[in-house]
Amino acid sequence: MRKQAFRHRHLLGIEGLTPDDINHVLDLADGYVELSRQAEKKRATLRGRTLINCFFENSTRTRTSFEVAGKRLGADVINMAVAVSSMKKGETLIDTAMTLNAMRPDVLVVRHPESGAVQLLAEKVDCAVINAGDGSHEHPTQALLDALTIRRRKGRLGGLVVAICGDVLHSRVARSNIALLNVMGARVRVVAPRTLLPAAVERLGVEVFHDMAAGLKGVDIVMMLRLQLERMHGSFVPSTREYFHFFGLDYDKLKLAKPDALIMHPGPMNRGVEIGSEVADDIDRSLIRQQVEMGVAVRMACLEILGQDRGPDNGRVLK
Amino acid sequence: MSGLRQLFRNARLIDPESGHDAVGDLLVADTRIAALGRDIACDDAEIVDCSGLCLAPGLVDMRVQLREPGAAHMESIESGSQAAAAGGVTTMVALPNTEPPVDDVAVVEFIARRAREVRLSKIHTYAAATKKLAGKELTEIGLLAQSGAVGFTDGVTAIANALVMRRILSYARSFDQLVIQHPEEPSLGGAGEVTEGETATRLGLAGTTPMAEVIMVERDLRLVEITGARYHAAHLSTGEAVAAIRRAKEAGLPVTCDTAPPYFVLNETAIGDYRTFAKLSPPLREEADRQAIVDALADGTIDAIASDHAPWDQDSKRLPFTSASCGIVGLETLLPLALELYHGGRLSLIDVLRRLTVNPAAILGLDAGRMKPGAPADLVLFDPDAAWRIKTDAFRSKSKNAPFDGRPVKGQVVRTIVDGRTIFQLAGYQRAG
Repeated sequence: MRKQAFRHRHLLGIEGLTPDDINHVLDLADGYVELSRQAEKKRATLRGRTLINCFFENSTRTRTSFEVAGKRLGADVINMAVAVSSMKKGETLIDTAMTLNAMRPDVLVVRHPESGAVQLLAEKVDCAVINAGDGSHEHPTQALLDALTIRRRKGRLGGLVVAICGDVLHSRVARSNIALLNVMGARVRVVAPRTLLPAAVERLGVEVFHDMAAGLKGVDIVMMLRLQLERMHGSFVPSTREYFHFFGLDYDKLKLAKPDALIMHPGPMNRGVEIGSEVADDIDRSLIRQQVEMGVAVRMACLEILGQDRGPDNGRVLK
Repeated sequence: MSGLRQLFRNARLIDPESGHDAVGDLLVADTRIAALGRDIACDDAEIVDCSGLCLAPGLVDMRVQLREPGAAHMESIESGSQAAAAGGVTTMVALPNTEPPVDDVAVVEFIARRAREVRLSKIHTYAAATKKLAGKELTEIGLLAQSGAVGFTDGVTAIANALVMRRILSYARSFDQLVIQHPEEPSLGGAGEVTEGETATRLGLAGTTPMAEVIMVERDLRLVEITGARYHAAHLSTGEAVAAIRRAKEAGLPVTCDTAPPYFVLNETAIGDYRTFAKLSPPLREEADRQAIVDALADGTIDAIASDHAPWDQDSKRLPFTSASCGIVGLETLLPLALELYHGGRLSLIDVLRRLTVNPAAILGLDAGRMKPGAPADLVLFDPDAAWRIKTDAFRSKSKNAPFDGRPVKGQVVRTIVDGRTIFQLAGYQRAG
């Protein structure tokens, strides 16, 4: 049965999506997981369409994932590392948007270091825009791939207890996951020292913990967040040693969660900082590699939905 | 002898200094007010019928940024003066953050010369408190004051170093000069991004605590205590900072403060989806702070309302939120936005005008903001009830950066007069009814 179609022109964030929207993406992605496991992976769904990966911030994993997804659907994929080209020449974001727009792409996948920048760019172009991460704001495909990973393993999202641990303050992954898990009926906790939590975070609909023992008690899913190197040494936390001692995930802390609790991490991991290697590599508990696989499937689903021809107005009446 | 005589008839004459608020006539002889009262007879005067309108001292705007010298494509002394005239502002004081900054007598004189050439609203300037606005070395406060600077400030930058601030206050006191602070403790986070809290967290923006303002004001008040200098805190936006000023006033310290319309008509939700036109320094605050600012305007803790006019071109605002410049153009909306306090029942009309005229004039020691015989004929004629919608495209200012486009307001400037000369007249104005 086909759920109500995803009626948005862009994918700028999870905020604003309904459970139907999300299930529609996940259902479609389920099919692409199977396709990607076959020897013959290519479809012609987006043949003749142009996808530009426009990354204003370094990225290997996300960009590659979108590239693979686009190519499997038959699109022509172009990668632009804008961080090292036009921004250095002083071109503004809007100029870059106009330039890309003139090349008539069908989908732009954009990552930018500033919150809100992808939305600003989306207002200036005619094609569909997928936010691949804007500042500390949103990273919707990451939340969707996390949801797919959980749903395939646990069979559902509603009713699960999920602890998001670490640098919530700077994390777009955390914001998108909080929004998605809440709308799908999961219970969300955040666990971090106070210096790594944004003000009024409880207003996002999460329970707040400052201690892993309490925060992990009885949870189904432990999502660890990456702690950026420049934030480790005295600015937000005193040292990596102290951080790992109190907030890093190891078996001692994990045993407080449900016995079948699963571990996730958006990558790339800092082993020995936020997560211990033995936990990260535990094939029974860790979903980290599955997350990467689901990433391609979810992005194929998003590209199919947003890359399709929507008539002369190109769905312009819808956001 | 006297030149032109003009008789403004049947106006509601409002002079906040004297408390006069009654319908009557006002006679202008040449550049000065000659008389005001009932049924003034004058045979040779040009008659201006003001029935149904208010006539008050022209507005004194103690905080505007003009971008000349340096960035006249965003605002020149001429375009800024046109905007002031349309807003009923007859005297304004420019911040020193031009390029070059006003840290040298020559720049003070340049601005005075340009103002004389443009010859619209009266323009005064603050001078920088520190050389190049860098917060380190004192400027020539004595010489700059002698050349006409009316106060000392580092403009949109806080004088952050406590020792530097102490010396500025001490030295300025020797010349009885006013020191104006932009109170935002810079080490507590990015200036003017967004106030920390739910809005900032949802948008993924690095919020700054409102305590950045409170801490700076409280520190400064301690320095005022030990130096005795006249101190003015600009554009206060938090209830706590206002409370600190209230306590200092009760203790008898020579301190004053102002706020700007965004801080009493908007709260942080105006940022919406990264609306850079609502990006200010200090940032918009939560609703409780907005209400505290209104309360402090009502009880008189906040002495003055300034436009905090900050013109920016499109290139400075059509950017991701964090990269966009801070500020709103305000000269042309100062009166109607301030009148929201009156129409909302929080301040009487005369008290709103007091904060726009005689109070800032008194803080700055200017011969302005008063409507009495002998005073300069700097006047604003306005309809306090005329309803209209703000159209930013229609601004005379070269920059249109204001989050008020389409906002319905009440209160329209009909005529602006400086030294007896009409410098603005509303085209096609027809009184309702």
